[in-house]
Amino acid sequence: MVQLRSVSKSFGRADPAVQDVSFHIRKGEFAFLTGASGAGKTTILKLIHMLHRPSAGEVRVSRYSSSRIRRRDLPLLRRRVGYVFQDFRLLENLTAAENVAFALKVTGTARARIGPRVQRLLGQVGLAARAGAFPRELSGGEQQRVAIARALANEPFLLLADEPTGNLDDRASAGVLSLFRNINASGTSILMATHDSKLIRQYGKIRVIELEHGRLVFDSEGGSNA
Amino acid sequence: MRAFREAVVAVRRAPVLTVLSVTAIGLSVFTVGLFGLTAHNIDVALADVERRVEVVAYLRDDASEELVEIARHEIESFPEVEAARYVSKVEALYRASRELTEFSDVYSDLEVNPLPASLEITLSPGYRTPADVEAVADRVTAYHFVEEARYGREWVDRVYDLRRVAGGGAVVLGFSFAIGAALLIGIAVRMAVLARTREIAIMQTVGATDGYIRRPFLVEGLVTGLAGGLLALGLTWATWATIDRTLISLAWLPEPWIGTGLAFAGLLGMLAAGRAVRHELRKLDVY
Repeated sequence: MVQLRSVSKSFGRADPAVQDVSFHIRKGEFAFLTGASGAGKTTILKLIHMLHRPSAGEVRVSRYSSSRIRRRDLPLLRRRVGYVFQDFRLLENLTAAENVAFALKVTGTARARIGPRVQRLLGQVGLAARAGAFPRELSGGEQQRVAIARALANEPFLLLADEPTGNLDDRASAGVLSLFRNINASGTSILMATHDSKLIRQYGKIRVIELEHGRLVFDSEGGSNA
Repeated sequence: MRAFREAVVAVRRAPVLTVLSVTAIGLSVFTVGLFGLTAHNIDVALADVERRVEVVAYLRDDASEELVEIARHEIESFPEVEAARYVSKVEALYRASRELTEFSDVYSDLEVNPLPASLEITLSPGYRTPADVEAVADRVTAYHFVEEARYGREWVDRVYDLRRVAGGGAVVLGFSFAIGAALLIGIAVRMAVLARTREIAIMQTVGATDGYIRRPFLVEGLVTGLAGGLLALGLTWATWATIDRTLISLAWLPEPWIGTGLAFAGLLGMLAAGRAVRHELRKLDVY
């Protein structure tokens, strides 16, 4: 479903951020993408989300290929690949419900369908009671849950998460992880970038792909489902 | 409709930024408005001078009135001619005695009227160039009862040159002012777009199309540009009214100019917004 074939990515004259990386994420799989800061985790996620174009090699996501995709197809891909950021990236002037609804509005979902769907998504992440709260009124963990609900709005087959627990305490992190496992259990593939080795050890059965200086140095090829 | 609603929301969300953008656009278009006011009034003044361009054909004393009347009709049918008026010898003497009062005694003691009858020929707008005036004078001189045709060649040449210089200067200066205004509008709208790059990035991440992202910004650019244009119109009007009331009488701008100015501001606002958003979209997206 996601395939990287000998992918490299350079930015200007600096050392390549990613060098000759190949791996495959199967349908319904949960994998950690790990490595120290600057190892190339975010670059890999952006390559899969086609926010970056590889300098060499090919990224395939479902039927889309980085070497053939047209600009007008990018929105279609991104509707099916959710993205969760470490810093949540919520719109501060919108409530939790409006932030989730935003992802549905921009993709042209009928207005009548947006309200019930937002309620269901907020319920799924355990925030139904906080629908009217603004991001500044929510804790970090709650904000990340809103961001996850937004990423799930268009029923993605793949969820990319870039250090989603990086700004959270242990309890909130565990909550987010538990949420990811539930999402994965319902069939959505997840690729989560993290440098938190404690977290990875805690979920020993999950596949781990490790990067170092932009190179893939370890791939556990663990169980396909957590 | 969605784009319009989103634009209104965006304006409400950042009223200070909107006011700043509108003010910046208003002030930059105001410079164009002031220039337009000056250029228009110079044009009005020169047109007034130009309107006085005329050819005077002096007639022989033996010219028959019937023939002169036929010729007058003929001359009036020339495309260059607006009107041809017959001035009899008696009228010429009466005018001279009235206008040149210091010689009134001389005129009253005359036994014979020495002044010739004439045809005073005024020219149509667009035919007041030295070449046209000369051509009319030449054609009129061809009538056998015309002694001579005069039109003040030097004066006509000078008025024509002045209009040409003023017109050329107006185009160059107007263009410069318009470019300055366009740049300022571009900067003002760009600021508004930059303030929302986060929103643009999130829209892209969740799968909004370029068109969906761009449309509200285009509407916002158009509305901001038009609002700036209206502000500039108000400032120009206030300046005109003050000068007209206290210093000198001035002509107000012609309506088509006002319409063009407003359309210019709105269109530039929209184009600047489109450009700024496209730049942001390309910056965030490499495909």
